[in-house]
Amino acid sequence: MQDLIKAVEEENMKDDIPEFKAGDTVKVDVKVVEGGKERIQVFEGIVLQRKGGGVRETFTVRKISHGIGVERIFPLHSPNIAKIEVVKRGDVNRSKLFYLRERRGKAARVREKKNY
Amino acid sequence: MRKGILGKKVGMTQIFNDEGEVMPVTIIEAGPCSVVQKKTEEVDGYNGVQLGFGEVKEHRVNKPLKGHFDKYGIEPKKYIKEIRVDEDDEQYQVGEMIKADIFATGDRVDVTGTSKGKGFAGTVKRWNFNTGPKTHGSRNYRLPGAIGAGSDPARVFKGQKMPGHMGREKVTIQNLEVVKVDPEKNILAVKGAVPGPKKGLLLIKDSVKG
Repeated sequence: MQDLIKAVEEENMKDDIPEFKAGDTVKVDVKVVEGGKERIQVFEGIVLQRKGGGVRETFTVRKISHGIGVERIFPLHSPNIAKIEVVKRGDVNRSKLFYLRERRGKAARVREKKNY
Repeated sequence: MRKGILGKKVGMTQIFNDEGEVMPVTIIEAGPCSVVQKKTEEVDGYNGVQLGFGEVKEHRVNKPLKGHFDKYGIEPKKYIKEIRVDEDDEQYQVGEMIKADIFATGDRVDVTGTSKGKGFAGTVKRWNFNTGPKTHGSRNYRLPGAIGAGSDPARVFKGQKMPGHMGREKVTIQNLEVVKVDPEKNILAVKGAVPGPKKGLLLIKDSVKG
């Protein structure tokens, strides 16, 4: 019975998603439709968490835009995401980085991972 | 033409629609159903078909039912349900297999099932009554309150909402959109939720609201 759910989910899943986890800096190319025209909008920031499994998996990206923290939650397998590019690997000790929300400036940095 | 099929609720998941938005869907293992018996106006007083669904071991079927299946030469089925059809519906013949492909993507269906039982439930859960304050000396947390006036009318009106058994009743959700049909894997996916637990029996018919 569970196979039937899997069969439906797998049709909607992508298989070209790069490996990334919380702490990594990613560039997400989002398809935006404006006035009948489609263009790509880039959202770059630190991944706070990955949540859920299968086709329901989402990830949260946080960036500081004009001094204001902005977070976006993307469905990992969304067709509106054209590309996910990993810019930097982060060295963190948590799978959820909500502590970054309370930090400002230099304190809100994530150490880069060397030789992974 | 009236359409109907029996199925089993498999569970819910989500898929992406054409705009790339997330859409909640329920997966139903629909069919294959066999037509057990045809009822006609002359014999039975109405037109209908009996649908059988689900595998069952032969020794688990009781003798009256077994006789019924043998009469029409059908393998015993776990569930039998009846749907009404139009007078001269040639689509249904005894012994015929009905698969999920009677519906197409974009069709509207009504889904009938038995809702999850909640047991003996109070007014807050059953009728969405408000709760009393939890503090400030209150001792009225989830009580129903007054159920009527005093010596006139000197009785409680019929239909007064009170605690009692909740759930495990026949529920129909109307006008659900079919988003995916796969007759080979017996998959029927509809947008939104349907009544009952997983593995619960469902009757899927074409929508009356059309």
